[in-house]
Amino acid sequence: MSAVLPIPETASTVATAPRASWADALFENLTRLFALLVFALLAGILIALVIGSDVTLKKYGVSFLWSSQWDPVQQHFGALVPIYGTLVTSAIAMLIGVPVSFGIALFLTELSPAWLKRPLGTAIELLAAIPSIIYGMWGLFIFAPLFQAHVQPALVETLGSLPGIGTLFAGPPLGIGMLTAGLILSIMVVPFIAAVMRDVFDLVPPLLKESAYGLGATTWEVMWRVVLPYTKVGVIGGIMLGLGRALGETMAVTFVIGNAHQLAASLMAPGNSIASALANEFTEAVGDVYFSALIELGLLLFLITTIVLAFSKLLLMRLARHEGART
Amino acid sequence: MSAIAPSNPRYRARRLQNALLLLISCAALAFGLFWLIWILGTLLYEGGAALLRVQLYYEMTPPPGNDGGLANAIAGSALIVATATLIGTPVGILAGTYLAEYGKRSWLAAATRFLNDVLLSAPSIVIGLFVYTVYVARAKHFSGWAGALALSLIVVPVVVRTTDDMLKLVPNSLREAAIALGCPTWKMIVLVSYRAARTGILTGVLLAVARISGETAPLLFTALNNQFWSLDLNRPMSNLPTVIFQFAMSPYEDWHRLAWGGAALITLAVLGLNVLARLVFARKD
Repeated sequence: MSAVLPIPETASTVATAPRASWADALFENLTRLFALLVFALLAGILIALVIGSDVTLKKYGVSFLWSSQWDPVQQHFGALVPIYGTLVTSAIAMLIGVPVSFGIALFLTELSPAWLKRPLGTAIELLAAIPSIIYGMWGLFIFAPLFQAHVQPALVETLGSLPGIGTLFAGPPLGIGMLTAGLILSIMVVPFIAAVMRDVFDLVPPLLKESAYGLGATTWEVMWRVVLPYTKVGVIGGIMLGLGRALGETMAVTFVIGNAHQLAASLMAPGNSIASALANEFTEAVGDVYFSALIELGLLLFLITTIVLAFSKLLLMRLARHEGART
Repeated sequence: MSAIAPSNPRYRARRLQNALLLLISCAALAFGLFWLIWILGTLLYEGGAALLRVQLYYEMTPPPGNDGGLANAIAGSALIVATATLIGTPVGILAGTYLAEYGKRSWLAAATRFLNDVLLSAPSIVIGLFVYTVYVARAKHFSGWAGALALSLIVVPVVVRTTDDMLKLVPNSLREAAIALGCPTWKMIVLVSYRAARTGILTGVLLAVARISGETAPLLFTALNNQFWSLDLNRPMSNLPTVIFQFAMSPYEDWHRLAWGGAALITLAVLGLNVLARLVFARKD
């Protein structure tokens, strides 16, 4: 269906028509120009970062990705430590964040009384609105000391002595480190994932759910066997969106990860993520190679998050199309 | 024996599983709310006293060991956020207008929407890095303009998205009525579509302002920081997030107190804007 009816030919008899068509062309092209600007922005960021990291791209090539050296004095740089830190903290965040988000979305769609839905949904969304620097400060001053005093020693004693995963929980309880960063990230991604999950769960036709309830299914069975299979594409899209956020999160991680360029097996050891390395070192960097190495880190982060987010968007679009075809 | 008799073990197990998992679901919600309350409580407890000191609002950021306030940071933040909003909003609204009114389902509009959504969640530190390489490195100095530019790049995708969504909600019969009266398309968009979608677009702008008010990462390499009162956008400019970062990471107690004050101030502003945006939007329904 055409959105706007075309102006009939006879409209040209109106005296203002020629001037109007000139203004129309101007307005349409002006808005198109700005749309193209948005289109070009992503490409612009990519190109600017590639040009900015020219020196290290030429000097190290792909070996930049797996070299764990980071020595500003000797001017040797490799990205393995920050990449590792980014992936580990995001993995911890997903491990905790996804089940919690699912629980919250389940509560909001199936269990909550109607009058509570909006206030609770808003409260969870406010969690997403709190600036990340606040999470970082709270993490450093309030959460990390408590975590160090009460939770980490217990973790070392129980999980640390197990074979296999024991190495993940070995070492002195420092309070700050990759585990703390991952935990705080998990709190930060919950609202994003939960909001998407709630929205896609609401897309499930009531008929499907009612049929399952009518057959005697419990609420959990309806959720797990009807709602989740129906929305799985969208749920994965939401998880990817949260992952994209976690990978690129800067300030919260910078405060609590410890900023140590070391590759440690223990999750409780301090580490570094791409974003926190940038936040800490960029303004203090000296020399072309150092700058270029940091910009290349930014380029890597941009590429990783763009791929994850694009994937997320594609999945969500697929669900929406699927939905459109059905109705 | 009936299948749903309480004594049927299979039925009991299913009911038990259901009750257990629903309990976990409630626990997940409590988990989410618990952090919200803890963080807000901490902010009010630690920053409340600092917020009530009037010096916070008219004294400059002090050197360590001295008494002071955050006046230059508050002014700098307000100026940078206002400039960024003024740059980003028109760009976002016009691009959103193209998507909803002209592009519709064309490939250009679809691709722009897709990239815009990616940009919406792109790490803000990369935006800062981008502005650094294309502006700060060329101009050879940090400046308030660079900070505002970086933040405006975060405003744009938010406003594009809401403008597009809100214009799509405007009923076509309104547009057709205007066109049938002989109204040129541009006039129809400005006088009819914009007016019908006004509150929705305003909500988007408010949410964008809330989002950039707390952004720290893109300001680190663009606006940098300034210890003194300065409203010159061509020089490094003090701003709340960077000051909080610097003060919180320092070893000085009195700087920590100021950082908590700033943190409480920013959070109240951001949450206030969010609530305001919701109220504006709710009034429409």
